[in-house]
Amino acid sequence: MKSVLVKILGILLGLGLGGMGSAQSPVINGAGASFPYPLYAKWAYDYEQITKIKVNYQSIGSGGGIAQIKAKTVDFGASDAPLTKEELDQAGLIQFPMIIGGVVLVVNLKGVKSGELKLTPELLADIFLGKITRWNDPAILKVNPKLKIPHQSIIVVRRSDGSGTTWIFTNYLDKVSKEWHEKVGTDKSVAWPCGVGGKGNEGVAQYVQQISGGIGYVEFAYALENNMTWTLLQNKAGKFVAPTIETFQSAGANADWQNAPGFYMLLTDQPGENSWPITGASYILIHKNQTSPGAKEMLKFFSWCLKNGAGTAEKLHYVPIPKNLVELIEKQWTNVTYQGKKIWQ
Amino acid sequence: MAINYEKKIQREQWELKQASFSSHARLKKESRVFKEDPFFRYLSALCASFILVIMLGILIELYRHSHLSITTFGIKFIYTSAWDPVKKEFGALASIYGTLISTLIAMLIAVPLSLVISLFLTELAPPIITKPVGYAIELLAAIPSIIYGMWGLFVFAPFMSGYIQPALSNNLGFLPLFQGPPMGIGILTAGIILSFMILPFITAMMRDVFKMVPAVVKESAYGMGATTWEVTSKVTMRYGLSGLVGASFLGLGRAIGETMAVTFVIGNYRQISASLFSAGNTIASTLANEFAEATEPLYLSSLLQLGLILFLITIMIQALTQLWLIRIQKGIGKL
Repeated sequence: MKSVLVKILGILLGLGLGGMGSAQSPVINGAGASFPYPLYAKWAYDYEQITKIKVNYQSIGSGGGIAQIKAKTVDFGASDAPLTKEELDQAGLIQFPMIIGGVVLVVNLKGVKSGELKLTPELLADIFLGKITRWNDPAILKVNPKLKIPHQSIIVVRRSDGSGTTWIFTNYLDKVSKEWHEKVGTDKSVAWPCGVGGKGNEGVAQYVQQISGGIGYVEFAYALENNMTWTLLQNKAGKFVAPTIETFQSAGANADWQNAPGFYMLLTDQPGENSWPITGASYILIHKNQTSPGAKEMLKFFSWCLKNGAGTAEKLHYVPIPKNLVELIEKQWTNVTYQGKKIWQ
Repeated sequence: MAINYEKKIQREQWELKQASFSSHARLKKESRVFKEDPFFRYLSALCASFILVIMLGILIELYRHSHLSITTFGIKFIYTSAWDPVKKEFGALASIYGTLISTLIAMLIAVPLSLVISLFLTELAPPIITKPVGYAIELLAAIPSIIYGMWGLFVFAPFMSGYIQPALSNNLGFLPLFQGPPMGIGILTAGIILSFMILPFITAMMRDVFKMVPAVVKESAYGMGATTWEVTSKVTMRYGLSGLVGASFLGLGRAIGETMAVTFVIGNYRQISASLFSAGNTIASTLANEFAEATEPLYLSSLLQLGLILFLITIMIQALTQLWLIRIQKGIGKL
């Protein structure tokens, strides 16, 4: 039923937009993850100003993006969780990272300011497993000996809706905690052992701001925009790092993209002294065999974003893709064909 | 004495009503219309049948799509509350519990309040108050539910955690219902927001029901020396009983399936807790939260089965009420 609905919606959208645009100005339709939506929308707007080519991106969630591109109702899909090589081959898709972002921890503790509270992977896993239930737990005090932490119970706040942000966050916990791996696992929505769920990043941000003693995870931009108290987190190298564009970049730079088939790469818990541990890339999915003559225009748009969109991305607190990776991505596009012919040299 | 007179009046009134609408007269009237206008008759019958077709269609589709989940989990789906998309285990109990409890809270608050408000508007208030309040109620009913949700999250939840929940736990904290940290969000808050949402609906309809009570009935009761309260409780309310119940049930229908407003304030945690302060979830909020990202067939099927359960719960409540109404009306007839 859902796929039929999605198809109908896609067709209606296509018709509506196709009707609006004349023959000279093609429309590129995309749908998927909500995490990069603000950036994609801005890129699309800027690109239309320059080229008169309209890019329409629907923020419907990663799962929806994957379903729609598989059903071929859109020209490209977007997902925060990468598909594996097998999944890609099965559906005839290719994927590539478009931007990198970070998930940060925010708390609501009286007297504790941004960057003051230190958390280790073990503490984080135990808090989200519901094993540490008070802020003045000896394990927390041991890591933060100088900090005045109120005697309060911890209230875990997480996403209630299925989300790529949750996927990145649970993937990190899955890597650093054996117990998390056994009990919960990685997914866009999981069986949370404790806590309350807010809808969307804004829901989690709002809950944490309201609930004294709350701790939650949100995308970096939300923590900044809402002036929330973020924490430091210990990375794989044992250093406590702050979430910044630089530490996200470091996580992306240390990843070995060259040897990742289909760019299947998890940027969580990456090596590097300066790497933020909960980092993730947001992906674009397109069909290997394109059926629309506008496919080349679409690749041109992505190329423009990757090469000229870095400034916009940083302004919106996203990390642009490093140059060497852009080259790898464009090399991969040479596999894309339209009517049996390559469309990208 | 007064009550006996009143009963007599009521009885007479009832007989009068029966006579004027007697089946014989109605049939005669209708058959004339049918002869004159068969086209209109069939057209309207066709339109009416659409309602049944749509309802059946939804039921069949829901069943068809939840078939996978029904065959996988069987009856266990209804009495377990595990919900683990990673391990692919699904159970609906916590969602059913949250749906029923939040709706119950909403009804407990909204129905008595609506009754009092609508009685005030029809029986007691001067026209200068009735009109503006009436418009305000209709306006309230037109506010989209997402607005209630936002208001609930940004304004009402902090108010709950700052004032109402501490007051409740200080005074009634010995009850398990009011224990736990005052987070502001949770089942109680969701129930109260729901009651705000359905209050204007129920009030507007109850007011119309009361307006339809013939003045002559009320006046004769007053003439017998009945007080306003006696007229209200023994004449007006009884006269419009089925309408009042119908109004309440339209409200219940909205509350039980309300999605966005509840999702914002209920806390979305799958658990069954005695405390009304704790976070919970409802069937509708689960669907709103998880439908967009559910790509696994079994996951999707389980969500649709939740939808089927909600559908069946609504039908069951509706059927039970109808039965109850029939019994009550028989009782009135015997007076």
